Amino acid sequence: MIELKNINKSFGEKSVLENINATFYPGKCNFVIGASGSGKSVMMKCMVGLLEVDSGEILYNKTNFVKLDYEQKKEIRKEIGMLFQGTALFDSLSVEDNIAFPLRIFTKMKQEEIIERVNFCLQRVNLPNVNKLFPSSLSGGMKKRVGIARAIALNPKYLFCDEPNSGLDPITSRLIDDLIKELTAEYNITTIINTHDMKSLFEMGDNIIFIYKGKKSWEGQKGDIKTSGNEQLLSFMKASEF
Amino acid sequence: MKFFEHFGNYTLFLFSLFKRPERFRVFIKQTVHEMSSIGVGSFGIVSLISVFTGAVSTIQIGAQLVSGLVPDYMLGSFVRDSNIYEFSPTVTSLVLAGKVGSSIASEMGTMKVTEQIDALEIMGINSANYLILPKIIAGIFTIPLLVVYAMVLSIIGGTLSGVLSGIITPDEFIRGLRTGFIPFSVTFSLIKAATFAFLITSISAYHGYKTEGGALEVGQSSTKAVVYSAIAVIIFDYVLSDLLLS
Repeated sequence: MIELKNINKSFGEKSVLENINATFYPGKCNFVIGASGSGKSVMMKCMVGLLEVDSGEILYNKTNFVKLDYEQKKEIRKEIGMLFQGTALFDSLSVEDNIAFPLRIFTKMKQEEIIERVNFCLQRVNLPNVNKLFPSSLSGGMKKRVGIARAIALNPKYLFCDEPNSGLDPITSRLIDDLIKELTAEYNITTIINTHDMKSLFEMGDNIIFIYKGKKSWEGQKGDIKTSGNEQLLSFMKASEF
Repeated sequence: MKFFEHFGNYTLFLFSLFKRPERFRVFIKQTVHEMSSIGVGSFGIVSLISVFTGAVSTIQIGAQLVSGLVPDYMLGSFVRDSNIYEFSPTVTSLVLAGKVGSSIASEMGTMKVTEQIDALEIMGINSANYLILPKIIAGIFTIPLLVVYAMVLSIIGGTLSGVLSGIITPDEFIRGLRTGFIPFSVTFSLIKAATFAFLITSISAYHGYKTEGGALEVGQSSTKAVVYSAIAVIIFDYVLSDLLLS
């Protein structure tokens, strides 16, 4: 479980996150939605430690991530997998080496064990026999799946997905959604998804947070959105044709 | 003011390279890979430049030694010294600032804008240490070797051009090469090469690593890397000459 308590973040004079409180549950797909520039990406970057918060607490199973030193944070980071909007696969490495990368850095597994784990992860995302290919020769959907395979290589407790469907066709988008949902339930992962894709939200969203101009404007279940009475959320949904 | 801001950021960036090093085995593997990329990848261009620099210096110096006051064989000495002291380390480094510098800056810049560096950081890896320190160490070892290679080729180029154009006989040129040779000239050249290597790799990596935006900014970072590396090479060429030869 991840809890945010009174998170504030600003860049110079501009306040980007104001007093954010939220809870993300294990085994659930926790969605963060909001317009572009609302602060959801900044919130995710703060949660994974790419940005420092100005004040507040980020609790990973009751451990305050903000107060930890580098080595302590590294221990938590081993439990984090992240799927980037642009996949962020290492161009110079093959698919196999991309997925093996965290295993080589963080574990003392033997080469045969690493390859076995890589093949397992590739099988899990339905991409067998692409080990020796390089990211440049993969389609957008394949890259996303390799990104997921890399994210789950270390059996993460927490999975962050930044716009997992961006740039994908509707069929591939649903495949990626289904995969994230299955993995979340199968490994009891606390999954946090930043998205604009309302179709994904209504298909797999368990817990939803709506960010508006840096503030948490609404939190609830997908079935409650239409009766939320929150004007900003309803106009956001209307603009998304839902 | 902007210069001081950049200088301060560059200094902090250099310190960050040494924080939280990754496993030694990983570091060595990366360094060897970079040595191959910088060294083997630059062999062709360095060969071409060196042969022609030596050839041109022989013809130009030879053209100025028509008075008869200086013995012909001294052409070999002049060509040797000009190439060892200046042309081989400096011209080779300027060429490498273009080739290696732009390559490092664009690689780092692309990794930055495509979030590959963020991916490393999220894994808890000091990306500067993991990606950049091996490049700098590889440059410091490889570029001086390329400079030694350039010295040899420039002297061979100089000999060939002198002989083929009929300016000097091979025996006289070799006599000149052997006259008044100061071994420190090679040491001086290697010190310059190692310093230039550090400047080229670190300045280029800095500009690439600080890239924000997209493809346009990656191109701009690459250009800045080449320009500032070349300027630093020229400035330190003067500083080192003044410090070590005056």
